[in-house]
Amino acid sequence: MKTVRETLTGLASLAILAFASPVQAQQPQVDAATVDRYVASLWAKVPDAWRQRNTQDETQKICSVTNNQPTDAQAKAITARELAAVKFPADGKVLGDWKKGQQVAQRGSGGQFSDQPDTYRGGNCYACHQLSRQELSYGTLGPSLLEYGKLKDFKPEEAKATFAKIYNAQSQLACSTMPRFGHTGFLTEEQIKDAVAYLFDKDSPVNR
Amino acid sequence: MKGLIAATAMVLTFAVGASAQNAQIDSEKEIERYRAMINDPMANPGYLAVDRGEQLWSLARGTKNASLETCDLGEGPGKLEGAYAKLPRYFADSDRVMDLEQRLLWCMDKVQGLDTKDVVARRFGAPGRESDMEGLVAFIANKSNGMKYEPQLNHPKEKEMLAAGEALFVRRAGQLDFSCSTCHAVPGSRIRLQGLPDFSKPTKDARETMGSWPTYRVSQSQTRTMQHRLWDCYRQMRHPVPEYASDGITALSVYMAKMAEGGEINVPSIKR
Repeated sequence: MKTVRETLTGLASLAILAFASPVQAQQPQVDAATVDRYVASLWAKVPDAWRQRNTQDETQKICSVTNNQPTDAQAKAITARELAAVKFPADGKVLGDWKKGQQVAQRGSGGQFSDQPDTYRGGNCYACHQLSRQELSYGTLGPSLLEYGKLKDFKPEEAKATFAKIYNAQSQLACSTMPRFGHTGFLTEEQIKDAVAYLFDKDSPVNR
Repeated sequence: MKGLIAATAMVLTFAVGASAQNAQIDSEKEIERYRAMINDPMANPGYLAVDRGEQLWSLARGTKNASLETCDLGEGPGKLEGAYAKLPRYFADSDRVMDLEQRLLWCMDKVQGLDTKDVVARRFGAPGRESDMEGLVAFIANKSNGMKYEPQLNHPKEKEMLAAGEALFVRRAGQLDFSCSTCHAVPGSRIRLQGLPDFSKPTKDARETMGSWPTYRVSQSQTRTMQHRLWDCYRQMRHPVPEYASDGITALSVYMAKMAEGGEINVPSIKR
């Protein structure tokens, strides 16, 4: 007999199939050259540096045209490529300062066209994740990370995997909607280490 | 004893979870109450923009010293009622699909002989800088109040716009890999405490959102159109400045209007 969960999962995947692309179900797909023309109209007058920064890499291209549902082969290729690009700290230490990591998690500034180039860039983790019991203003696009380190028994190999996850989320899950913070250079190695410490330090509000 | 502790812990966890959830529901109710309180046409400063737009519509200017009153917004020259509900749409005279902003700029050029450089420079109002476009769009959109979005999709160019708009909606790029769908394809989700309307398919969210733009933004003290909302989305996505009244924005607007099909228009609304 199927469990309720199995049945629900089955129903959910049916629903995803039926509603994945309500418009494209009735419309012919648009070719890449046409989309490029519209993209060019959007960024018609932006400086070259911005245009380069916004040019899609192979991973972004595949995740876009498949609406984040790559085939198994595409997913394998993506995780292999992205994992190979993860740069771990030279000394192997992935835990920084959890207090500075809290700043990384809280602040959402930087990188916007209205910002100065030297504006502090935050990871804005709370925009999508619950992390501590004290902070009630958290988003729900990502899973709750409450007691993250505790639930992983504070294992060093888990902390290392978490560094890789924040550095490049798609090294673990192809077309994850989470940004590749280290890969694109949005956050520094130090900031990522601090964020890992925020998740793994026993004194961090995440684990208390 | 162990069982009792475990049970107590579970009840406590539950209670904490429930109270956080209750706090969440309470704050959402409070925000809803605030919205209802400020959504009063007699007190909504967005209607000042409507009045300004009405004056601009009949103001003679440009090398032809003409008003916009003969401008055809799709329903016939000068006909404003219901025009906004069917935009963007294909116009034979320009052989293009245009949204309201593009069409107004086209009319300023062709009907009035107006150099639109200054109008475009003032596209987004700020203290001491009134926007003609925000006024005109508020005035014209208001003439579709009580009507429903009727996306026009018969012409091949309108169909292309819809398909391109959907492709742009899911197109990931930039330093944070974001697309519109990163935030606007998960029903009932929030960023921090801000609810995120789901535009990944035809939804009540989409109908209510599109039915309430243009809107008066209390936090900005300005009446804003969807052009500004999308500009702000691209800013938060860490993408470059999107070109005002570009075909890319119009394609997204066609897609959004399709997701909002049947949504009733009541504008300008008032939002935070």
